[in-house]
Amino acid sequence: MAGRKRTLEAFSFELVMTLVAIIALILIIAPSLVVLIVSFTSGFSLRFPPPGYSLRWYAELWDAWQLHFAAKNSLIVALWATGLSVVLGVAAALAISRSQALSARLLDSLFMSPLVLPALAFGLAALMLFSLVGLPVSPLTLVIGHTVVCVPYVVRNTVAALAQLEPTLLESSAVLGASRLYTFRRIVLPLIRPGIIAGAFIAFMSSFDNVPVSLFLRDAATDMLPIRMWQDLEGKLDVTIAALSGVLIIATVAMVAVMERVTGLSRRLTN
Amino acid sequence: MGAAPASRDVTSYGMGLAAPLALFFLLFFVAPLLQLLWLSLHNDTAGLHWGLGQYLHFLTDPFSLSVLGSTLLLGAEVTAVCLVLGFPIAWLYQRVGPKVQTIIILIVLLPLLTSVVVRTFAWIVILGRQGIINATLQSLGIIDTPLKLLYTQFGVVIALAQVQMPLMTLPLITALGRIDPNLDDASCSLGAGSWRTFFRVVLPLSLPGVIAGCTLTYAAAITAFITQSLVGGGQMLFMPMYLYQQASTLQNWPFASAISIIFLLAVLAVVSVFTTLGRLSRGYGGA
Repeated sequence: MAGRKRTLEAFSFELVMTLVAIIALILIIAPSLVVLIVSFTSGFSLRFPPPGYSLRWYAELWDAWQLHFAAKNSLIVALWATGLSVVLGVAAALAISRSQALSARLLDSLFMSPLVLPALAFGLAALMLFSLVGLPVSPLTLVIGHTVVCVPYVVRNTVAALAQLEPTLLESSAVLGASRLYTFRRIVLPLIRPGIIAGAFIAFMSSFDNVPVSLFLRDAATDMLPIRMWQDLEGKLDVTIAALSGVLIIATVAMVAVMERVTGLSRRLTN
Repeated sequence: MGAAPASRDVTSYGMGLAAPLALFFLLFFVAPLLQLLWLSLHNDTAGLHWGLGQYLHFLTDPFSLSVLGSTLLLGAEVTAVCLVLGFPIAWLYQRVGPKVQTIIILIVLLPLLTSVVVRTFAWIVILGRQGIINATLQSLGIIDTPLKLLYTQFGVVIALAQVQMPLMTLPLITALGRIDPNLDDASCSLGAGSWRTFFRVVLPLSLPGVIAGCTLTYAAAITAFITQSLVGGGQMLFMPMYLYQQASTLQNWPFASAISIIFLLAVLAVVSVFTTLGRLSRGYGGA
């Protein structure tokens, strides 16, 4: 009797947990699927399911030069911010990762703090400082602001990769007569490269998508893609935006698939 | 061999390598925040008269306080939804094979990497008057007039929960992965049922992950400017939009600075409460 009660109890537990998990996974994926399906509508409105399917809004997107201009700006800023984040972040990660010193832990908290502080408050603060020192907002101020909020991803992923590096490898290399620089180039860098790439990828995506910092640090001539989309959506529900969203979703899925192969992204983020 | 002096540890690098980023942060992160603090302590826009006027204004204004209150409440609601939905995902992850594990992670990751405007836009399509939910319910004859889902607290919470789910699930997966599966069996063989084992063994041992997830989710939910403004609409005002309106539309920089500082302190307070809980739970879990 007790045995049967227990299996029933175990069954109820597993059923509830599995059901909730599946509902949650559907909830996570559904919005992207909905946008993707709606973007192929042949109609003028965002009805679901669409009355028919066509590529007309993707064709429309081809001529939307304002969006192209904004996308180009976002891409350029994201590439510069990612490059700067990698150079500064990897160097900093090398310094703090194996150190037990208090200064290393303090620096680590400092470098991670943009992740929890409101980006909008930082955007405003940076704007005020730049205007105080007479540096006008421009693509340069955008790159600086984006680097601050993107560098934590590079530092965190590089530190994680370094933590998995066996110290004995470095000792063996030194014992065999390799210089520190040579060891770094031939041993350390190849082993931590997937971590750096994963960090750079997330930094790039978050810069490309950044609104709160860009809102304050861009000049009138530098239209950024997410801001353009946000402003378009506040006015009306445009099907062109759905097509653009479709492009972004497909591009994201493709890049995640590549990153999964190159860096093992999924394992990297769960340990 | 004794060729290398003992003082030169080949396995670590000098702290000097952190200097460029530290300098960069000093100039472009710490200095701006100090400037923000400085301006918030002035009563006039030009920054000539010192005073606590901006803070008094905020703390004595029922409207400002209600904005702060509803923002903090929003964070709590989103965090609760993420925890309730995210925990079973992490639990399922530990019970399936490596192939399905990768699929689960990639599904969980997708919203984190998809543009925030796109994710939010999707919720407008789903929750709108002619959105999927209303259209389905109407065609099934369950409702006559469309439900108001968009521009409601419910809409904002559910949209934010979807967007922030990875921040909860990833630390939970890590935490559950560190629990010795033998403990589960031990608990069961000692006579505890599955639910009892879950609440008395698995949940307490995963507390560090729960707390890490809650910290990230809470901070992200209350600072999520785009989702709050698009799904919440004009009727619902939260701290980020309040800050933006004061700074950008009204050009009231000293008051916007004070809002920023109060908002920063609120986030820091929540994060430090969670961190303290985390430290306590580690002592508990490590026993």
